[in-house]
Amino acid sequence: MSFPWANEYKPGNPLTQWLDEKLPLPRFVYNAVGAGYPVPRNLNYAWNFGVLAGFCLMLQIVTGVVLAMHYAANAGVAFDSVEHIMRDVNWGWMLRYAHANGASAFFVVVYIHIFRGFFYGSYKAPREMIWLLGVVIFLLMMATAFMGYVLPWGQMSFWGAKVITGLFGAIPLVGEPIQVWLLGGFAPDNAALNRFFSLHFLLPFVIAAVVVLHIWALHIPGSSNPTGVEVKNESDTVPFHPYYTAKDGFGLGVFLLGYCTMLFFFPNALGHPDNYIPANAMSTPAHIVPEWYFWPFYAILRAFTADFLIIPAKLMGVLAMFSAILVWFFLPWLDRSPVRSGHFRPVFKKFYFALVVDVLVLGYCGGAPAEEPYVMISQIASIYYFAHFLIILPIVSAIEQPEALPFSITEAVLGKDESATLAPAAAH
Amino acid sequence: MIRIISILVGAFFSAALLWSFGTGAASFIKEPPAATAEKLFHEHPKAIHFASDGAFGKFDNQQLQRGFKVYKEVCANCHALKHVAFRDLKAIGYNDDEVKAIAKGFQIPVYNPATGELNTREGLPTDRFPPVLYAGQGNPPDLSLITKARHGGGAYVASLLTGYAEQAGYKNAKGQELLKLFPDAKTPDGLYFNPYFANLNLAMPAPLAADDQVTYTDGTKATVAQMSEDVSAFLIWTAEPKLDKRKQTGWAVVGFLLFATALAYMAYRNIWAGKKGH
Repeated sequence: MSFPWANEYKPGNPLTQWLDEKLPLPRFVYNAVGAGYPVPRNLNYAWNFGVLAGFCLMLQIVTGVVLAMHYAANAGVAFDSVEHIMRDVNWGWMLRYAHANGASAFFVVVYIHIFRGFFYGSYKAPREMIWLLGVVIFLLMMATAFMGYVLPWGQMSFWGAKVITGLFGAIPLVGEPIQVWLLGGFAPDNAALNRFFSLHFLLPFVIAAVVVLHIWALHIPGSSNPTGVEVKNESDTVPFHPYYTAKDGFGLGVFLLGYCTMLFFFPNALGHPDNYIPANAMSTPAHIVPEWYFWPFYAILRAFTADFLIIPAKLMGVLAMFSAILVWFFLPWLDRSPVRSGHFRPVFKKFYFALVVDVLVLGYCGGAPAEEPYVMISQIASIYYFAHFLIILPIVSAIEQPEALPFSITEAVLGKDESATLAPAAAH
Repeated sequence: MIRIISILVGAFFSAALLWSFGTGAASFIKEPPAATAEKLFHEHPKAIHFASDGAFGKFDNQQLQRGFKVYKEVCANCHALKHVAFRDLKAIGYNDDEVKAIAKGFQIPVYNPATGELNTREGLPTDRFPPVLYAGQGNPPDLSLITKARHGGGAYVASLLTGYAEQAGYKNAKGQELLKLFPDAKTPDGLYFNPYFANLNLAMPAPLAADDQVTYTDGTKATVAQMSEDVSAFLIWTAEPKLDKRKQTGWAVVGFLLFATALAYMAYRNIWAGKKGH
């Protein structure tokens, strides 16, 4: 679907005319990210991050495929093969740092994309499916990133794999057999490394497929916008190309500046030194921490320190950690406020910023050692996290008095909208 | 309905967390976590500046060659350098003949499959530093990546090498005396006290014990501190031999991106110029 005023693709020369009859690929691109896709004219920079996330995915696939040409997924030589890439492969150091920091950049971009959605109510009808697919993409990204971090086969790779697969061991009765089955052994070893490599290569393409669905679902209602008011009129929109291709081009430049600064000047700042020690099953690192993008969820996992009723603490932590993401699937039905944008929701806005701070606190505690006061802080912060989505949002959306919305996007941008007057001719 | 279920689920997680918080807080009050010797006496690495530090930093080849000499004459007795090949040493200023001579000084293990004998041969520039078979107890780590594998990097290695201290009467910066506060923290026999090491007791005796232990030929005074810094600088290089090239590339990339981003910004402003509100 598109708006009736969308530009129509007109093939200019015989070749594109011929192609348009046989396989209308240029028409498809034109309608998806070209002049044929009308987009609200008032998008702010928070709307740059979808395109940036797509760029990061492509970057990871390209660098990853080349790295896979030089990497050896065997527990005996994996660590050394990574060092071979760093030292002997032409520009191998750049590929590897681009891929490792690319994962971090991907998560930075996606977290901003998600929190943009939280604030502007992007998950609300009619865009629930876009949101649900987005959460699926995020879960796939987490799985892919986790398995990718295992591949260098350093100390954190090994012990991270042990801890995360150990989570499945918390399932009652069948937990331990499941863990052994997942690892292909009683501890991470060659079998685990090989299957993680295989899946790490496969999942990005699954992500790419879900991204296609995500964008397809987006093109049915069209993009949301900072006012949350739906598009009414041609004056509310501009064609994606050239308006947003230009804006995304600038956004991409700013993103690349930050990313390349990390890549070339601080490539190991986000990694853990222990991962430059080869995996050693006989020596446990003092603090096992995952990569920074898992810290908030790791803090929730570790916040459950006491058995609750009949549920062991570990199982409770695992349930909570997965629930912390699964709850996003229910968001469209938990937040029932008819107003989308946080700009016009005075009470919601306060709780939203509290959530941002809360997740940052959780992240900090997740990276800190499992000792006081971090455990107690993460317990309080986890309570707020669950309360925010499961208790506060449903109640706030029921009782809140939203502020007045603009009549249209055009009015929000220009201060007035001609079509807002019901009988414009009557005045004369 | 969904609201009631969601509030109940939220209450369930909150109750479990409050329960954890309560039990944790109770034991925290009953038995506050005691300070440990590691917490109070472990020192962060000294602030040591290396030529390769910072976005404009570059390796100082003369220092790397001194550091290599320290490695070869001292560290190499116990520690291997398996990711580095002799040919790599050309990058720190040795010429082909010097690299050949250095390689010749190392014995490379060779296994003869016909006889089952394990022999050695002289090293070639294409060989990597051979494994070191350590006869004592413990397992001296390979040093190729050591400065990337420890918090603090080169400064940590240099601090550790100069950080050995007499444990009896040792006080930290706050004036607390280790053995008075923690009599049990006395360093066991066969270990050596070093506050820069995570658990304060290190199996390695101070390897650089006296000035001029290694003879420098470039006129630099071979103090213990100087040798420690030189070998740390060398180990920064072994961990990341492409460091200079990386930063060099980085400046070219960032310079290009600044230009391209400025152009992209102007294109963006230009295209949106006709749209009010922007």
